[in-house]
Amino acid sequence: MSATEREAAELHEKSRLPEKAELAKYYHQMLAIRRMEEALAKAYALRKFGGFLHLYIGQEAVAVGALATLKPEDYVIATYREHAHAYAKGMTAKSIIAELFGKATGCSQGLGGSMHLFDASKNFLGGYGIVGGHIPLAAGTAFASKYRGDGRVTLCFFGDGSVPQGAFHEGVALAALWRLPVVFICENNLYSMGTPLYRSLSVSDVSQKALAYGMARDRFDGEDVVRVRDRVAEAVRRARNESLPTLIEIRTYRFRGHSMSDAGLYRTKEEVEESKKRDPITFGRELLVRAKMDEKDIVAIEDQVTAEIEEAVKFADESPELAYERLAEFTYKE
Amino acid sequence: MRTVAFREALNEAIAEEMEKDDRIFLMGEEVGHYDGAYKVSKGLLKRFGEKRVIDTPIAEGGFVGVGIGAAMVGLRPIIELMTWNFSFVAADQLINNAAKIRQMSGGQFTLPIVFRGPGGSAHMLAAQHSQSTEALWAHIPGLKVVMPANPKDAKGLLKSAIRDNNPIVFIEGEVLYADQGEIPDGEYTIPLGVAEVKRPGTDITLIGWSKMVKIALATADALAAEGIEAEVVDPRTIRPLDEELLVESVKKTKRCLIIEEGWPFNGVGAEIAYRIGRRCFDDLDAPVERLTGADMPMPYNHHLEQQCIPDVPRAVAAAKKLLYLE
Ligand SMILES: Cc1ncc(C[n+]2csc(CCOP(=O)(O)OP(=O)(O)O)c2C)c(N)n1
Ligand SMILES: [Mg+2]
Repeated sequence: MSATEREAAELHEKSRLPEKAELAKYYHQMLAIRRMEEALAKAYALRKFGGFLHLYIGQEAVAVGALATLKPEDYVIATYREHAHAYAKGMTAKSIIAELFGKATGCSQGLGGSMHLFDASKNFLGGYGIVGGHIPLAAGTAFASKYRGDGRVTLCFFGDGSVPQGAFHEGVALAALWRLPVVFICENNLYSMGTPLYRSLSVSDVSQKALAYGMARDRFDGEDVVRVRDRVAEAVRRARNESLPTLIEIRTYRFRGHSMSDAGLYRTKEEVEESKKRDPITFGRELLVRAKMDEKDIVAIEDQVTAEIEEAVKFADESPELAYERLAEFTYKE
Repeated sequence: MRTVAFREALNEAIAEEMEKDDRIFLMGEEVGHYDGAYKVSKGLLKRFGEKRVIDTPIAEGGFVGVGIGAAMVGLRPIIELMTWNFSFVAADQLINNAAKIRQMSGGQFTLPIVFRGPGGSAHMLAAQHSQSTEALWAHIPGLKVVMPANPKDAKGLLKSAIRDNNPIVFIEGEVLYADQGEIPDGEYTIPLGVAEVKRPGTDITLIGWSKMVKIALATADALAAEGIEAEVVDPRTIRPLDEELLVESVKKTKRCLIIEEGWPFNGVGAEIAYRIGRRCFDDLDAPVERLTGADMPMPYNHHLEQQCIPDVPRAVAAAKKLLYLE
């Protein structure tokens, strides 16, 4: 690259940098998600709740960047590793933490827990526990949008482990066949539980699955929230304006175990430490520094996040639980 | 006798049978390099190698079907489902293929295959991960359904299941894996379709299987403190069902409470109650009663969850009602 070319590239890069306020919003969201999950891990260790707890720590730029492209009326559907997507879709830390604590003030009244966050008012269509099972649902919500002509887009998140599932292929095949306004986002964190990618897929490039279905595809690394936003924005535009689906593979890494009970013997400490050098939150802060935000303003965001999460934990702690007598009414609608 | 954990007993059964018969292989998610999601297959990859202990991707419909195909042509697969909640992804393979190929082919093909893994609720795993599936599988002619309650039964029944020439649904209570119990030192098997009296008694029969045996035994202890001698009978195999032993017990005690973790509608207990009602009509001093899981998807909240699962106080109350003591 010549000096002028480099200069031009840098200029281009600069012109692409979003407003400081946007960057600040992303940083706030990513940090809040990180602190929320750290608080959840702590509460779990204190046995404030049990069950499975799958942390998203390390992947925050994916959910935040991808959801930054959406309008409030757009739909998001995700897996059991969905705390971040819920928060980025506008759900509060209070309603999320209270849900994990099993409280009636939780987004699903304490009936769903960590793996099943739902908020109809935010068009967050839930977290699902059966790997791949929700992917056809995303084709379904996109089908409804096309049916009604409401211009909404569906974003569907899933892990690399879903790709061998029949439900993935059936959902994607129908979306392609019927040209549905949906973006399938595979968060490829290189492992499904203890299984490395090379033992679950014959072709490691997940995005190639789109080729056989005649679907648009993209593939990139997910530690930079702005890159995620801009690349997902292309796919969202394609869905909204042309009613065409896209399969995106975003390479990322989870810093923590699969769930709280995972000893993590299938990967080396060095590998995990190496990945932490690409921490999306460090990177998000760096973006603010580069955008010339004052250190004290950055610290103010961080303080705000700390207060927000502390308050949410307190809220969850003090919230009531649903009475057993109320349970039956949730099985069927009157 | 030796004391081993439930998961170790299962591990021994698999290892001993694999040692004897190289047509047997173990396949499933995380069974190899991870040593099993619940450590049932611990050490088996090291011992038998990648040819016979096979890690699969998350594709239940695929690898359950692979097992069925391999069994059709002479292998004897053990297919591990990480939990039975994920078997629904493979329901077509289990119901339309495994259960029917023998009959549809006029008996030309037999399917010596075991599908095994943890079932039932654990703790705060919510609706999709807290399900008792035995009633569903037992509904299907062509499948056998086995549900051990302790390490001794787990090992003996699993060995019989592996040697059986039919598709077997083998459900291990997810919360039983760490339970310790005595098992015989030498080689032994326990035949499928044979119930066991887990505690003799004279006043009421408590029927339970898998982890409900523990509830039944604790209930019997609580009743004994009040001078009531309950007999606890564990069918061990849901299908084929050892109707004779259940009937024999109820004819003696004249009262019967069935404790079932699963849902009541079309539950296993409903079938057992019908059979006992028909066979013991003249002997019964009270209608056959059931204590089941609540008739709803499992809630996440800890307290609500516990109220949805049969427990000792409610079993004691139900038993006393049958004895007209309350
Ligand atoms: C159908 C099904 N099979 C197995 C499981 C158990 N399970 C839960 S998460 C998981 C790994 C999924 O990995 P991936 O899709 O890569 O998502 P990640 O956890 O990495 O976010 C497995 C095997 C399940 N929940 N559903
Ligand atoms: Mg993964």
